[in-house]
Amino acid sequence: MRGSLIVVGFFALGCLLGAGGGLPEAWIKGDASLYVLYLLMFQVGLSIGSDKKLKEILRSIRPRLLLVPLATIVGTLTFSAAVSLLLVKWSLMDCLAVGSGFAYYSLSSILITQLKEPSLGVQLATELGTIALMANIMREIMALLGAPLFARYFGRLAPICAGGATTMDTTLPVITRYAGKKLVFVSILHGILVDLSVPFFVSFFCS
Amino acid sequence: MFTVIGIMFAGIGAGYLLRRVGWLQKVGTSITYTIYLLLFLLGLSVGANREIVDNLATLGGQALLLAVAGTTGSVLAAWAVGNWFFKEGKRK
Repeated sequence: MRGSLIVVGFFALGCLLGAGGGLPEAWIKGDASLYVLYLLMFQVGLSIGSDKKLKEILRSIRPRLLLVPLATIVGTLTFSAAVSLLLVKWSLMDCLAVGSGFAYYSLSSILITQLKEPSLGVQLATELGTIALMANIMREIMALLGAPLFARYFGRLAPICAGGATTMDTTLPVITRYAGKKLVFVSILHGILVDLSVPFFVSFFCS
Repeated sequence: MFTVIGIMFAGIGAGYLLRRVGWLQKVGTSITYTIYLLLFLLGLSVGANREIVDNLATLGGQALLLAVAGTTGSVLAAWAVGNWFFKEGKRK
C-alpha cells in the first residue's frame, strides 16, 4: 500500500507540474517516456532472466494450480469485454487492454498510453492510459478491502483471483489472512504468472 | 508492440546469461525508480492536457466500471474453479 501511495504521489506531482505549464514541449508530448519505457521493459526482462528462484518455482508447478491464474485471466477479460458494450466511447480491444492490467497499474497504464497512440491518437491514448491507471489502482484497493468478503462468499481462491498481479506482494498479507496460510504458495505463484502475462496481454490488445 | 516485447526478451536473454552477476539481483529497485519516473512523465502529459483534467470525473467513472467488472469476473471464475477442481480442499 505504501508503494502505491508513492506511485500515485509521483503521478500527482507530474499532473500539478503539467497543469502549471511552462515546461518544454518535448517532455509533455511523451517522446522521452517512450525511451524510458524501453529501458523499463529491458529491466523487467533482466529481472525475469536472472531470477534464480523463478526456475525452481516454474518447475514446481502442478498443472492444476495453473487453473487459478487462468480463472483470473478468463474472468477478468470476459467481464471487461462485457463492459465494452456499456462504454460506447471505447472499443472491445480498449476495454480488454485496460482489464489485462490485472491491477498492475504502473506498467499497464504506461504501455497503453504508448502503444495505443498509433491507433487511437495521442489524446485518446492518454485518456485510456489514465483510465487504466485509475481502474487498476481501484482493483488493487478492492482486492485489499474485499478479501474477507470474497473469501467468505466465493471460496478461498476468490481473494487470490481478485488480486491479479499483486498477489505475490501488496495483497499477499490480506490473502494469507483470509484465504489461509496453506494458499501462500498458490498466491505467490498466481501473482508471478499473472504479472508476467501483463506485458503480453496489454501489447496484444493494443496492436 | 513488437519493439516492447522484443526488448523484454532481449532483457530476459541478457539476464539469463548474466545471472551470476551480483548487482543484477538488485534490478528490482531500479525498476521501481524507472516506474516512478514514467508515472511522473505520464502525470506531466495528463496535467498539461485540459481535456483530460476537465473530464477526470467521467474517466474515473469509466475506470470504476472496468475495475468492478474485472474484480467481479475473476471472483466468479475463482468460485467456479474452486467448486469444480478444488472441492476436496474446501472445509465444511
